[in-house]
Amino acid sequence: MRTALRLSIDRIKCDGHGLCAELLPEIIRLDDWGYPIIAAGPVPEGLAPLAQRAVASCPVLALALALALQPTAASK
Amino acid sequence: MTGLRLLAGPDLASGAESDANHSRRLGAPKLSGRALIEALASSGLTGRGGGSFPVGTKWRAVAAASKGSPVVVVNGAEGEPQSHKDRVLMSTRPHLVLDGAFLAAHTLRAREVIVYIGEEHRAARAAMDRALAERTESERRIARMVGAPQRYVAGESRAAVHLIEAGVATPTTAPPRSHERGVAGAPTLVQNVETLAHVALIARYGDAWFRSAGRRGAAGTLLITVAGGVKRPGVLEVEAGTTIEEAVAMADGPSGPASAVLIGGYFGAWVAAAKAWELPLDAAALKTEGFNLGCGVVGVLPAGRCGVCDTARIMRYLAEESSAQCGPCFFGLRALSDACSRIAERGANRDEIARLKRWVVEVPGRGACRHPDGAVMFLRSALATFADEFAAHPAHWRQQPA
Ligand SMILES: Cc1cc2nc3c(=O)[nH]c(=O)nc-3n(C[C@H](O)[C@H](O)[C@H](O)COP(=O)(O)O)c2cc1C
Ligand code: SF4
Ligand code: SF4
Repeated sequence: MRTALRLSIDRIKCDGHGLCAELLPEIIRLDDWGYPIIAAGPVPEGLAPLAQRAVASCPVLALALALALQPTAASK
Repeated sequence: MTGLRLLAGPDLASGAESDANHSRRLGAPKLSGRALIEALASSGLTGRGGGSFPVGTKWRAVAAASKGSPVVVVNGAEGEPQSHKDRVLMSTRPHLVLDGAFLAAHTLRAREVIVYIGEEHRAARAAMDRALAERTESERRIARMVGAPQRYVAGESRAAVHLIEAGVATPTTAPPRSHERGVAGAPTLVQNVETLAHVALIARYGDAWFRSAGRRGAAGTLLITVAGGVKRPGVLEVEAGTTIEEAVAMADGPSGPASAVLIGGYFGAWVAAAKAWELPLDAAALKTEGFNLGCGVVGVLPAGRCGVCDTARIMRYLAEESSAQCGPCFFGLRALSDACSRIAERGANRDEIARLKRWVVEVPGRGACRHPDGAVMFLRSALATFADEFAAHPAHWRQQPA
């Protein structure tokens, strides 16, 4: 196992400002109603600082970045 | 009518079985504590509220999370419009449900048992009130009744906890899950009333006995509601693994030719009748086929009824039942429902169908609870089963009564 960064959204808090998608278009896009869709899988390491910035910029603190255990091919 | 196990005993038409009769007929439960948890785990019993989660695993999790004083919530909300099995059980065998609830409380050393019953299920509530009054003083002291508002999501486990805590039956964000932190911050076991009734019998007769019923490799019995185009709609107790064709035959057969069957209720799936007849009513077996047992609804669609219009009607209901807290659920289900209504009212439209197909991929997994996931799974099954009807639908919805 190794750790990986994952983005999650508190769907009740999120009110679709869409700021996160502007700051992190590599991972977040908006649906037809302006709510974020996060790309599947962990946040690529190179994007971690940008992801951090998106989390800090969410006006309602709905976005979170957490370390999660990630099964590697060997431990599957 | 009587049933195999849960509904065995006095005629159901005579109403709730008294405590005296219940105790005379079944004796006292023998297993509790660790031994009961182990028996539940090896019985294979899974939850009957819709999620089909293994019961032994859940009790172990609550036992591990609570270093004393968890809470037990008895889920009798039965918000699914087509389902009647939970209220039939509560109205006729209330002591089986209470036995299961107090066995859970004793085993987990719970400080409180909350019996959560749909406000519109008046006969069930009255029977459960009377039954609780017949229990021992030490049981009554830790139990209380709470009414569940008549909303589809009120029966979701965190919505139940939220109502008990704050008087609002809307789901809350997970984690924490109810079994980690629920009522008053305590680990909370939320269990469907039918599930608890099975617990009451496993505590008397053991896990091998539970597995001794069941067909085609499935274990135990289950309550189902047969609805729609059958001669005698209603609640039945069947062996797990009974096919849909056999269950429909037990409801005196189809009232005419059928085109499709809705398996599992509004969170379930439409299946073309020819395929549906052979499917076994068993959580694990249905899962391998990509379906859900859900709360055990078998809804037969008569050949003369339009599947597209029924789908539009149910999608409208599910969209209106969103608790409107999460954008993708509130706006997404409304958009899906509007598109279905337009096809039903104005006729087929390729752009609408293409949009529906994109949305059913984008919406699920993006709500605080699984309400949008269930609604979308239902719609996907409709788009597959009624593909030809969606593609060629005439503008006729208004002619078809609900
Ligand atoms: C939208 C929604 C509605 C639900 N309604 C009910 C209900 O009315 N009754 C019920 O027992 N479970 C209902 N559930 C399932 C509960 O969340 C929970 O899984 C169940 O009560 C656990 O008990 P069980 O494991 O014995 O099934 C619902 C779930 C969702 C997502
Ligand atoms: S910035 Fe925050 S509130 Fe706005 S869409 Fe993103 S997660 Fe939602
Ligand atoms: S997903 Fe829908 S029903 Fe569930 S909490 Fe969010 S808005 Fe309410």
